[in-house]
Amino acid sequence: MTSAPRSGGAMVEFSGVGLRYGPDAEILSDVSFNLQPGSFYFLTGASGAGKTSLLKMLYLAQRPSRGIVRLFGEDLVSMPRHRLPGFRRRIGVVFQDFRLIPHLSARDNIALPLRIAGVSEEDLSGPVGEMLGWIGLAERADAFPPTLSGGEQQRVAIARAVIARPQLLVADEPTGNVDPEMATRLLGLFEALNRLGTTVVVATHDIHLISRIENAQMMRLEKGRLSDPTGALRYPPNRS
Amino acid sequence: MIIPRVPVQHRRLLPDRRLSGPTPWVIAILMLLTLLAAAAGVGLARSANAIGDAIAGRVTVQIVTANPVTRAEQAVALRRAAAAQPFVRSARAVEQEELRATLGQWFGGEDGSEGGDDPVLQSLPLPALIDIDFVGEDRARHMGQLRALVAREAPGARIIPHAEWLGPVARLIRSLAWVAGGLVVLMTLASGAVVIMTARAALGTHYATIEMLHMIGATDQQITRLFQRRIAIDTAYGIALGTVVAALILLLIGWQWSGVTSGLAATASLGPAGWALLLALPLLAIALAALTARLTLLAALQKIL
Repeated sequence: MTSAPRSGGAMVEFSGVGLRYGPDAEILSDVSFNLQPGSFYFLTGASGAGKTSLLKMLYLAQRPSRGIVRLFGEDLVSMPRHRLPGFRRRIGVVFQDFRLIPHLSARDNIALPLRIAGVSEEDLSGPVGEMLGWIGLAERADAFPPTLSGGEQQRVAIARAVIARPQLLVADEPTGNVDPEMATRLLGLFEALNRLGTTVVVATHDIHLISRIENAQMMRLEKGRLSDPTGALRYPPNRS
Repeated sequence: MIIPRVPVQHRRLLPDRRLSGPTPWVIAILMLLTLLAAAAGVGLARSANAIGDAIAGRVTVQIVTANPVTRAEQAVALRRAAAAQPFVRSARAVEQEELRATLGQWFGGEDGSEGGDDPVLQSLPLPALIDIDFVGEDRARHMGQLRALVAREAPGARIIPHAEWLGPVARLIRSLAWVAGGLVVLMTLASGAVVIMTARAALGTHYATIEMLHMIGATDQQITRLFQRRIAIDTAYGIALGTVVAALILLLIGWQWSGVTSGLAATASLGPAGWALLLALPLLAIALAALTARLTLLAALQKIL
């Protein structure tokens, strides 16, 4: 189903991408970059710079107005809609506003991607229990999101995003509501996933977070344009 | 599958609020009215057909010759000649007493009785009537043959096809049956519209959940099955309720109708095919609701990336 990535084996390729909503001016203009498999990227930029719009295209919630977007070697701009779910199952997303389903328990929220993928209840109970323990919510597995604190909800949202071991993890301000200790642990989880081959893209304002990951590359959006002064995104160095 | 199978864990994706919305109740009312209209339509159609069959091949020959002796002779001759024809199933002379008894109901007797013995009535020159039933369907040819026979045996007699005076009644009843059928169609369309509105409202209410499900890779079919199941079950509850109430009403009407044994009313009944149709309607309604919900949901989901 998935052909080999092009552009030097890039997992994600954006080329001359522009995005506009309706007749307004472009939110994103001429955005071009390649994301290599197994790499770790931070996306930064001021509020309104277009970070969330860029992430939406990455997790297939939005098609570009122009340009080329290739993911896992496939052109997503012209891809028929019915093929998108298969690609989305390979992407984990941590939303800034968590987007937990309020009438499902923490356990059921975390298990959701596995259930949608058709994993049996028998096979998913182990990983879900393990993940609940890892984020420190084993005792609150049956609690519903409205009864959880912001930090707890964020941990559940992250657990849901990574439970299916996605090839690409996209996180929008994933540590915004947790204490520094939990932020470090969650970042450690992202790093561990990255070491296992998951490509990670984290949008954040937290400069301290960025400094904690070795070899992470930074993408900076300014007024809808991607700044890449070193050319690392366009011409990434070979990773050993 | 009318009500699609959805794993128990997936069903929890939609909060359980069964029968709390108006949909089952609106569907119940529409189903009740649909079944009553369908029953009325079937009953009227059968009645119209029964009347049509009864009158289509029957004529009455009215002999109005002034001389009573000649009139009686012509009547006897015509009845005998008609009965011998291959195109005639039966020929029956209507007795004068029977005619007087019928007229007596209108004229009345001196003592307030039906008036069969009234001297005025006895003195009235009544025509001789002969009822003739044809064989087969070739009515036009049989009428021509009968006209020739009447011209020979009872010149001046009038041939009155029953279809001439009962036909408009049968046509009116048949029109009412069509109106009832039209009502069934309209109420089916209204039920479909209710299901469409319910499906759209459900999508609006659960939009955030649907968006989330899409983002983690759920297909349109997976999401549609969830909602289709819920809507099909809700409408099935409504349809069952409407069917039970309609059945009670129809049984009550049937019980009262069983006392009516005369006139046109006696020809109205549902018959086995009518009852089968009424039993099939609720099942068809559930299938239609599920199909409508599925198509509406798939069309709406197509608009979301």
